[in-house]
This record gives sequence, C-alpha cells and structure tokens, in this order.
Amino acid sequence: MSNATDTQYGGSAHGTTKSYIIGFILSIILTVIPYYLVVNHILASEMSYIVISVFAILQLLVQLVFFLHLGGESKPHWNLIAFVFTLFIIGILVTGSLWIMYNLNYNMVER
Amino acid sequence: MFGKLTLDAFPHEPIIIGAAIFMALSALSIVGVLFYFKKWKWLWTDWITSVDHKKIGIMYIILAFIMLFRGFTDAVMMRSHLALSVGSSHGYLPPEHYDQVFTAHGVIMIFFMAMPFMFGLLNLIVPLQIGARDVAFPFLNSFSFWLTAVGMVLVNMSLVLGEFAATGWLAYPPLSELAYSPGVGVDYYIWSLQISGLGTLLSGINFFITILKMRCPGMNLMRMPIFTWTALCSMILVIIAFPVLTVTLAMLGLDRYLDMHFFTTSFGGNQMMYVNLIWAWGHPEVYILILPAFGIFSEVVATFSKKRIFGYVTMVWATAIITVLSFIVWLHHFFTMGAGANVNAFFGIATMIISIPTGVKVFNWLFTMYRGRITFSVPMLWTIGFLITFTVGGMTGVLMSIPGADFQLHNSLFLVAHFHNTIIGGVAFGYFAGFTYWFPKAFGFKLNERLGKCAFWCWLVGFYVAFIPLYALGLMGMTRRLNHYDAAPGWHPLLIVAAIGTAIVAIGILFQFAQIAYSILKKESSQDTTGDPWDGRTLEWSISSPPPFYNFAITPHADDIDAFWDQKINNKISKEKPHYEDIHMPRNTGMGFIIAFTIFIIGFALIWHINWLAIFGLVATIVCVIKRSFDYDTDYYVKAAEVEKIESEFSSRKK
Repeated sequence: MSNATDTQYGGSAHGTTKSYIIGFILSIILTVIPYYLVVNHILASEMSYIVISVFAILQLLVQLVFFLHLGGESKPHWNLIAFVFTLFIIGILVTGSLWIMYNLNYNMVER
Repeated sequence: MFGKLTLDAFPHEPIIIGAAIFMALSALSIVGVLFYFKKWKWLWTDWITSVDHKKIGIMYIILAFIMLFRGFTDAVMMRSHLALSVGSSHGYLPPEHYDQVFTAHGVIMIFFMAMPFMFGLLNLIVPLQIGARDVAFPFLNSFSFWLTAVGMVLVNMSLVLGEFAATGWLAYPPLSELAYSPGVGVDYYIWSLQISGLGTLLSGINFFITILKMRCPGMNLMRMPIFTWTALCSMILVIIAFPVLTVTLAMLGLDRYLDMHFFTTSFGGNQMMYVNLIWAWGHPEVYILILPAFGIFSEVVATFSKKRIFGYVTMVWATAIITVLSFIVWLHHFFTMGAGANVNAFFGIATMIISIPTGVKVFNWLFTMYRGRITFSVPMLWTIGFLITFTVGGMTGVLMSIPGADFQLHNSLFLVAHFHNTIIGGVAFGYFAGFTYWFPKAFGFKLNERLGKCAFWCWLVGFYVAFIPLYALGLMGMTRRLNHYDAAPGWHPLLIVAAIGTAIVAIGILFQFAQIAYSILKKESSQDTTGDPWDGRTLEWSISSPPPFYNFAITPHADDIDAFWDQKINNKISKEKPHYEDIHMPRNTGMGFIIAFTIFIIGFALIWHINWLAIFGLVATIVCVIKRSFDYDTDYYVKAAEVEKIESEFSSRKK
C-alpha cells in the first residue's frame, strides 16, 4: 500500500477552473452551430448529417481533453495508451461484426 | 407472492434428490464442524471480512477445487451415460437432464473452476512478485471474490431448486429464448454469469492498476516476471472482453424478461448476432485463461532448470501479440454459419497466425530446459506434460482453422477433443503446476511429492485415454451433445475407452485431494522455514512462507528480471538489521460480503420472478454501497515495533 507513492511513473493531470470553462464554452459553441444549421435548414439533409457528425466528433475530443484530461498526464501516458488501444479494439470488433453480419445476411437471409 | 417458485421446483428425480442430499450433508457437516470447534468468529474475522490478497486468493482456489469436483462429476455422468446409451439401451439420464449436465459442465469448468483458479493464483502471487503490499483496491478485491461466490451458489442452487439451462454452455438463441426454454434454467445461467462476470471485470481492473502502478522501485515493465506480464495481458483482455459478454447476456435477458426481440426468430430479431457477439467475448476468454498458465510455466521452467528464462523479450512480445490477435479470430467458432469465402479465409488465416507466437513460447520453454539442471519435481512434470499435450491440441486447432476442414469437423467430437486438449493440457495443467509450485509460499509447507506424481501420471494417461478416442469418433461422424446413438456406426467401443480414461482422471483427482490431506497431516515434516523452498528467482521467494500480512517489511528493489536470484547471486541481501517503518494497511471489512449477499437476493428474485424481493434486494444494495462510501475508517498503520517482532521471528526460524 504505502509503496504506491514512491514507485509512480506518471500520474493523471487535474484540470484548472480555466480549462473547465474553456471546455464548457467550446462544447456550447460546438453544440449551437449544428443546432442552428439544422433548425434553419441551411444545408441539404445529407450535408447536415456529415456536418453534425463532424461537430459531434470535435465535441467528443474537446470533452476528452478538457474534462477527462486525456493527454495531460505525465509519461508514460497510461490513460492515453489505454484509450487508444480500446478505440483500436472497438474498431476491430465493430468493423469485423459489420463485415460478418453483412456477409451472413447476404448469404443466409431470404431476399 | 413467490413468483415462479412453487413446490414443483423442488427435486423429484432420484439422481437429483441424491445430489441434493449429498450437498445438504456436506453443508451440514461444515456447519457442524464450525460449531463444534467454535470457529464462526475465526471464519468471519480472519477470512470472510479479509481484504488480504493472499487469503482472498486461497478462498478463490478452494472455490475452484469445489467446482472442479462438481464439474468433473458432470463429466463422469456424461461419459458413463454414453458408454451405456447405445442401441436399445437408453442409459440412465433422461435427455432433458443430460442436456443440463453438459451445459453445467461447460459453464462450471470455465466460469467457476478455471476463472476462480486463475484469480486465486493472481491474487496469491502477483502482488508478491512485484513487491507490493496489497492490490490497488483491496476492498474491491474482496467484493469481486464474493460476487464470484454468489454466481457459484446460484449455479449449485439450480441443481436442487428448479433446473439449469439445457442449451449448451453458450446458450445460443433461439433455443435459449423464452419460446423454447420457458423454465428458469436459462435465467439461472444469465444471472449467475452476470453477477460473477461483474466480479471478474472488477478484478480485471484491480489487477491491471496494481501491476501498472504498484511495482517496487527498479522494476520497470521489462523487468517484470513473465507471470506478471501474462497476468497484465490477461487483465487487458478481461477489461475489454467481459463488457461484451455482459451486454450480450443483458440483451438475451431483455428478450426473456421484457419481451424484446434482439435474438428471437420473429420481429426482426437476429440470432446470428448473438453468436457473433458471444464469440467476440468467447475467443479472448480462452486467452484470458491460457495466458496466465503460460506465465506459470515460464516461472516453473526457469526455476527448475536453474536458468534464466530463454528469450525473455520474445516471451513478452509473444504475449502482447497474442493479446491483440485474440480479438481478430472469433469467427473461427462459426465458420459454418454462412459467411462468404472471403470472411472465412480472413479469420482462418488470422487463426493460423496466432499459433506463431504460441510456437515461439514453446521453443522458449524448450530452450530454457536445454542444458539446464532440471529437477523433475511435480510442477516441472506438469510443465512437460503440458508442452506435449498442448502442442497436440494446438496442432488440431490449426487443422480446424482451415474452413474447409472445419465444415467436416464442426460440432463433432473432434472439436470437443481439441478444446479439451488445449484447456486441460494447457489451462488445467498450468494451474495445477502453479498450485503445487506456490503452495509452500501460501501455507508454509510443501505438498507431498509422491502423491503429486501419482496425480500427475493419472491425469496425463487418463487424459489421453479419454480424449484420443474422441478425435477418432469425431472423424467417424459423431456429433457432440448426443445422449443416445445407434450401434451401427461402431462408436460404442471407443466410448467405453473414453469412459475408462475418465475413470483414470478420477483417480488422479482423488490423488490430488489425498495429496492435500496427507500434506496437511504431515506438515511438520515438510515445513518451509526459509521462504525459498525451490531456490526461486522472483521476489515472492524473498519473504517468509506464509508471508506476513504486510508482505514486505522493507520495500524491495529490483535490479534484474530475476530480482531475487540477482540478490542471492550478487550478495545483495543485507546482513545488517534493517530500519523498520510503520506500514500503511487496509482495514478488514465485511461490506464486500454483505453487498454481494444483497446482489444474490436480486439475482435469486429475478430468476424466480419474485418482484418485491428483487426491489428489496436492489434497495438494500444501494443502501449498503452508500454506507460503505461514507466509511472513512478504512486503513491503519502497523507499528514498526510489531513489524520488527514478526520479522525477527522469521529470521530466527530461518536459522
């Protein structure tokens, strides 16, 4: 237990009031823009799907950086490594499943 | 009032009544012994409320041995039934009971024998190997164990009260849907796995953090013992794979409880999705079990060959590569479900590739033994038995990774023989090796060698006699999960041979229990006073056996892969009296046990559809969790004087 403190390579970062406020404002901006675009029918529907997705991903990154402090920790960045690895495996499982299920539906389901 | 729980749920058949009476008598005798020796308080304060990783590890392993007995009884029933159930004879198990037996056998051996055994060994050894005083979250560790125990109790309860699933160990829909399995069997299956699976996930996180954050100074990642490395990779797999199982079973549960249609045959449900998802968990699961076994063999082979492990770096990378590759092979469990040639070819080739790092490991173990001074002690025998048996199992696996061959062998006894070949030859042999190897560390005396060798030879010979015939039967066209067959295909003689093999394994298991009992009786003559009975190489051997509750009086420093060996060879063990300091330790708590019990109430109530009881259990759980989170008195300091007293006792014993 007590040796937990003296062996540490890297700890997680903590946010400051400033970083939380920046994150909050960025999140609001990234929410308001797509809302405005959709409500006022500024873009064609396919285009608005793409734009909403892009803003959603941007907001995801903003929240990861400013609220979950990803990447702010000191070396060896365990949180970042774990996060990227998880994304990688989720990517494999999702694309793999889609590929398999599409194939199965094509071959097995009555059309 | 009691939902589905009526008098009909209680047993009627003679075999089940017999099992119920046996279980009741065992439970009563344990309770009787506890009363007779007035051990209730000892049981509560020393074990049930303990957050000491070593005691939790021992409890996991006791649980695993109990379930080994139960799961093996199922195996004996299946093999003896099949030896009798030919032509006009129909054996002694009615089909619906036989189906429950093979389902229970699979579920028990994987979830309640292998998994607890693995977590038992991890608990016992990983903190000691990395020079830590406990795991990262000791309370969570206790809670995880009791969740596993709750799952085990539910599975055993299904033997007496109601029924267990009759669906096969992965409960494929549509058979496991309400329409075809209206009883409580599948509900027992779902809730026992959900609850124990939660425990597994929490343990996975716990050990992952422990290994990453609590290593002693000097022990960087590339100085960790191989067992710790394999434990780390196995925990990564647990963390990523177990949520998939939880979600899949939750969706099956929603189908059954709330009339949803994820996997039903109608209303757009797709049972192929269940098969896809359950194997996305199921394939990593087999590596979750085998990787720590690989780690055990690495420790054993190095210790008993008196050599550093050959190719440490390749061993680590092979483990890491297996960890990643284990996520891209899951379709090989359902080549025949109807995916196209491209999909099957991709997963077939990926499966062949994953055998390469495993082959690297096999050569590393062989080269470690090459020119080593090998002691043929029991753990080493298990290791050599593993090397041969597991290689055979691996080869049949590669054979089946060819989709064309798999179409012939799928769901045949060839497959059954293959996975028993890898799981018994790899996982079971590995955990038995680890059990024998680390037993003196946990209890302070060695296990009897002669009985251990008898157990090993019975297991090895029995295994081959029981499973080689199944390869032949599979090629002869016998499918798995049959409970009756005609005399015409000529399967009967081979099934009799397989039953004889099971009997030989049974003798092996008897030898194992005899070995434990005899060693306890004769423990005065096999005391391990040095703490280092095998001339070990890693840090767990540098402290007394059994270790003091705080593990290390002075935090060790690792300068080498084999840190303790390095200390011994290079005379780094200081002769002077060290300066002891106060040690920060977690306080015991019964909350892990109590919260697990309230979750047991939820599980039981949901299985039997007793709504008021489920709500009561849920409220009780939430109240207990809140109560625990407001408990600030969770730790204390062991005074330096007390540490000094315990340590000087050990050094006087040593002389």
